Amino acid sequence: MMATAPLAALGRATLAFLASIGRVALFALDALSHVVRPPFYGREFAIALLNIGWLSLPVVGLTALFTGGALALQIYAGGARFNAEAVVPQIVAIGMVRELGPVLVGLMIAARVTSSIAAEIATMKVTEQIDALVTLSTHPMKYLTAPRVLAAVLVVPALVGVGDVIGIFGGYIVATGSLGFNPAAYLKNTANFLEALDIVSSLAKGAVFGFIAALMGCYFGMTSGRGAQGVGRATKGSVEAAAVLILAANFLLTGIFFSI
Amino acid sequence: MIDLRDVHKSFGTNAVLRGVDLSIRKGSSMVIIGGSGTGKSVALKCILGLIQHDSGAIIVDGSEVGSGDRDAFLARFGMLFQGAALFDSLPVWQNVAFRLLRGRLKRPRAEAREIAVEKLRRVGLKPDVADRFPAELSGGMQKRVGLARAIAADPEIIFFDEPTTGLDPIMAGVINDLIREIVTEMGATAMTITHDMSSVRAIADEVAMLHDGVIKWTGPVTQMDTSDDPHLDQFIHGRADGPIEAVR
Ligand SMILES: Nc1ncnc2c1ncn2[C@@H]1O[C@H](COP(=O)(O)OP(=O)(O)OP(=O)(O)O)[C@@H](O)[C@H]1O
Ligand SMILES: [Mg+2]
Repeated sequence: MMATAPLAALGRATLAFLASIGRVALFALDALSHVVRPPFYGREFAIALLNIGWLSLPVVGLTALFTGGALALQIYAGGARFNAEAVVPQIVAIGMVRELGPVLVGLMIAARVTSSIAAEIATMKVTEQIDALVTLSTHPMKYLTAPRVLAAVLVVPALVGVGDVIGIFGGYIVATGSLGFNPAAYLKNTANFLEALDIVSSLAKGAVFGFIAALMGCYFGMTSGRGAQGVGRATKGSVEAAAVLILAANFLLTGIFFSI
Repeated sequence: MIDLRDVHKSFGTNAVLRGVDLSIRKGSSMVIIGGSGTGKSVALKCILGLIQHDSGAIIVDGSEVGSGDRDAFLARFGMLFQGAALFDSLPVWQNVAFRLLRGRLKRPRAEAREIAVEKLRRVGLKPDVADRFPAELSGGMQKRVGLARAIAADPEIIFFDEPTTGLDPIMAGVINDLIREIVTEMGATAMTITHDMSSVRAIADEVAMLHDGVIKWTGPVTQMDTSDDPHLDQFIHGRADGPIEAVR
């Protein structure tokens, strides 16, 4: 009895984990089914586009700019050890477009958008606004979740695109400003080096990360506990889950796009 | 029209409803009274299907709640929540006209707004409140906006969870009259939760008292004072001692 106690605890934890994966998967399917079925709430969708896309631009731009600049410095310093300083434009481009652009934008969206969606929906739950929606013949999944998920899937790739460009631009500023690169040659090297697959994978990652970020915000909001504490837990849990899932999905997608 | 038969509901170990039997006639006004935390709000939410009851039957117009077309079912209801539950991202008039701006009752925006302003007037709010946001209103004003929203689409069945709590006596009188009017003039069926005995006398055709998870007493409001149920007696006279313990 005593000896098996840790085993039983492990089993319980595993079961609880699997059950929560199942719940999230069901929630995701439910959300998708509401995205494709009418009615469609245009106003909610427009607000979500604005919040997730447009208003995220400053934070995405600044993150990408500084990262691109730092990347150029590091590659230059690292490359100098074996006389390969010249690869700065190529590696900055690949690093930003394939990995850093999507991942950083994804994480910024998790911090900015997932948390705010979770807090907003959890507060609505706690103050009975979700119940009120139901009594007003409006499905909460359709009214709250579907517009946000759809908006994120459409607009986060665009953010990633912007992040990629600004990141490369950050590298360009540093490289041409203080590392002595020729501006025209830098741009030419970048453009020649990038392939269509790099860009496609970048944008595809953006769509997946956007889906994860919005879905986690909605899921934790909808399943929030009661009171201010419930809202706090929901917000924290949503950002943790979104960040971890985004990084895991990134690993998987990189594997799918580039190792076969 | 609404029948509850042996309805049970627990939250974990907290058995809230333990066999509620109640029936509400079409076109009548039922008032539910009972101590704080006895499960009055839970009972209303069970009827609406917002909370799943554990056992027993809830029957509205001959069919079990949860069976059949849920949209059509909910379209017949209006509900005022205890905490008003206004959508704080929408201005007041869009809250009131929520049903009229989308779904099967959708109508032109200007018309919806007109109806909203008219309903606001009926709950004693001026038209300039229409463009404010819920967070800018006092608690009593929010409550009245919630009431306006509940009646906006002229539902057949209306639930009011403590409609007069937090209102001044005059406004409480206005709301009592409004609820009475909705029942007698529009023929709606109303179910109201209240702690206010003057409200009970103003609104009720029938009264039911919920205590210990069951309906302790139910009957016409006219018989409320002559009943010899000790629970009811203690409640309507607000006495600290009696069969209902003060610490629950
Ligand atoms: N969603 C919920 N989860 C867990 N417990 C709940 C939930 N809703 C209500 N309860 C519990 O059910 C009991 C009855 O709550 P309810 O809100 O119905 O009381 P009430 O009769 O409306 O009281 P009041 O007059 O103060 O509004 C309380 O003990 C409450 O803690
Ligand atoms: Mg209550």
